[in-house]
Amino acid sequence: MLDWLRQTVAVTLLNLRTLHQRLSSSAVAIFGIAGVVVVMVSVLSVARGFQAAMEASGSPERAIVMRDGADTEMTSVLTGPEADVVRQAPGIRDDGRTPLASAELYVIVDLPKIATGTPANVPMRGVEPTALQVRDEVSIVDGRMFEFGTNEVIAGRAAAEQFADLTVGSRVQSGQQTWQVVGVFEADGGVSETEVWADARILQGVYRRGNSFQLVTARLETAGAFEGFRDWLVSNPQLEVSVRREPEYYAAQSQMMTTLIETIGVGIAALMGIGAVFGAILTMYTAVAARSREIATLRALGFNATSVVTSILAESLALGAVGGVIGGAAAYLAFNGYQASTINFQTFSQVAFAFRVTPELLVGGVTYALAMGFIGGLLPALRAVRTPIPSALREL
Amino acid sequence: MKFLPLVWKNLWRRKVRTLFTLGSVFVAFVLFGLLMTIRTTFSLGVEIAGADRLVLIHKISLIMPLPIAYQPRIQAVDGVELATHQTWFGGVYQEPANFFAQIVVEPEAHLQMYPEFVVPPDQREAWLQDRQGAIVGRDLADRFDWEVGDRIPIQGTIWPSRSGDTWEFNIAGIYDGEDTVDKTQLFFRYDYLDENRSDGDGLVGWYIVRIEDPSRATELAAVFDGMFANSQAETRTTTESGFIDGFAQQVGDIGSIMVAIAGAVLFTMLLIAANTMAQSVRERTGELAVLKTLGFGNGGVLSLVVAESLCITVLAGGAGLGAAWAIVQGGDPTGGMLGVFALPPRYLVIGGGLAVLTGLLAAAVPAVSAMRLAITDALRRA
Repeated sequence: MLDWLRQTVAVTLLNLRTLHQRLSSSAVAIFGIAGVVVVMVSVLSVARGFQAAMEASGSPERAIVMRDGADTEMTSVLTGPEADVVRQAPGIRDDGRTPLASAELYVIVDLPKIATGTPANVPMRGVEPTALQVRDEVSIVDGRMFEFGTNEVIAGRAAAEQFADLTVGSRVQSGQQTWQVVGVFEADGGVSETEVWADARILQGVYRRGNSFQLVTARLETAGAFEGFRDWLVSNPQLEVSVRREPEYYAAQSQMMTTLIETIGVGIAALMGIGAVFGAILTMYTAVAARSREIATLRALGFNATSVVTSILAESLALGAVGGVIGGAAAYLAFNGYQASTINFQTFSQVAFAFRVTPELLVGGVTYALAMGFIGGLLPALRAVRTPIPSALREL
Repeated sequence: MKFLPLVWKNLWRRKVRTLFTLGSVFVAFVLFGLLMTIRTTFSLGVEIAGADRLVLIHKISLIMPLPIAYQPRIQAVDGVELATHQTWFGGVYQEPANFFAQIVVEPEAHLQMYPEFVVPPDQREAWLQDRQGAIVGRDLADRFDWEVGDRIPIQGTIWPSRSGDTWEFNIAGIYDGEDTVDKTQLFFRYDYLDENRSDGDGLVGWYIVRIEDPSRATELAAVFDGMFANSQAETRTTTESGFIDGFAQQVGDIGSIMVAIAGAVLFTMLLIAANTMAQSVRERTGELAVLKTLGFGNGGVLSLVVAESLCITVLAGGAGLGAAWAIVQGGDPTGGMLGVFALPPRYLVIGGGLAVLTGLLAAAVPAVSAMRLAITDALRRA
């Protein structure tokens, strides 16, 4: 046993030390595998980023109240009196003067995307003065909060970066309305960073909504107060509403897009993996063929078959590892934190998010690379030990 | 041509190597085909947009409705052939994950406006007769196993009905069309929506206008927008392709990034083919020298090597494109979530071109070195 181990280590080291002599054909395998890993990791990082932005948006202490039957903020309608009833529900946190609930409008304003110059559906939220206390993660990072009762607005950081005219001091022309941007806010990377906020009352006028809102966002006393809050609202005969915890609402929003991207990403990676394995097999065959006399000599000297097989597999695993690390590093450097925006089909509006190359994705990528290397080395390794020693020695 | 058997024999002197090279080129082109399909999906059918159709939406944003009173005014403009309106219904069938587009239309005008949606004449008649009738795309019908005559309930999210949230529709017909036509939509009648919705009377989503002369598109767009300027609902008019393209741009980032990344890797895989060719020529230095001794000219040797390389890429590339096409014919893997899932023929042509190009590039270096081979040197080395 110990003998076998010594043999294996000796042959493996020999292989790895002479790897540089087979650099050009090894490079094909390494780049093939690295390419697959780059694609897999970067595509999945899109899904992770999208999901992360959605998850960062929800707090378990907040609930969203919408008209029953509406599945997104966009399609919901609540009248002013209905919103007032919602405010009286038990379990809403109170700052001493008023319950921390914000009746809101959620509409779209067409603004050009800076990257393409084409119009994009930027979400615009009309909020009440309590909004900043309801969402305590929101903080103004540039300029100031808008004055209620005016045409001033504040823009999320991502919105300000992705869409034209949303920096402090600019004006946004929308139909006959002019909005004055006075501040930029952050919200822990959540989707509200893609939004533009205005006074709900002003927005009602511009979008001809009379005295109606679309939803109420409420900050609860504790996360546990949710059930009482929901039951009171749902059983209230004056209302026909559905009540959701914010994290659940956003998780449902991200599901379709995340599934779509993951299906595409995994599908492409699987197919490309097959191609890369072919490349690895070719490389290893070449390596084995180039050293066939050397391998035969080793075997003639008494090195056993398994140690030769192990050494060849080790070589191809090494190629896989190098490819995986190069691919993972390239994906990380090129795409981690890459800012993009896409449309959320459920609300018809833009969501900005950053790609996230997470440690799990990197581990997954390297694992896949090792698997490709292993499969690539298997056939050539078997071939190397199956060739009869005399004929291998005669070759070349 | 008479050297084809020689090329063929050379190709198979190392069976395993050739097989795996064929395999990797094959996979590369299957991927190419599928990526172009995804790209087509993410362009949302812009390729089939009519050049003579304009879209009028509310200037503030698409979600703002327009008054139905605009229709006669648009229709009256000189150069307008047909003006009709559409409205987004946004309902839920059973559960939100079953998402598909439901669009409210005027049946007769709709079918006139979109001749690419093919409906059998009897089903067309049935739709015109039945106020609650709807026509659905072939892919959508297959997804939920609907047949003509089925009655389906859809939960209204934007438009509650007078009798609660559920709207009932009779499937009057199933429309079909070319591969690039989106067959995942449901169209139902405006008169049904208007009499049954509890608010929003007289409001429609947007207008589609067919004009007589596509070259007047810009001019007419300005006429429409001017007509409604300073009114309660100002408009923005674009060509249908501009409109769809604008929307695709909003999804954009993801579609183009994926195509870009994978394009780069396609290139990596093609390196494999080049490596194989280089090896194969290196191994045969002696043979090539013999051929030259027998009287093959430089050009002859060059074309032998190029032909061999082309053989690999064209065979495997063609098979790969064929396989991609077959996979796409098998239908959308998400079961009907993607509107258009088709591989337009022009990508097959582009793919074929790429296969030839790859073959030439992979052979370039080895072929030239084979051509430059000095007989005496080569024979001595071998």
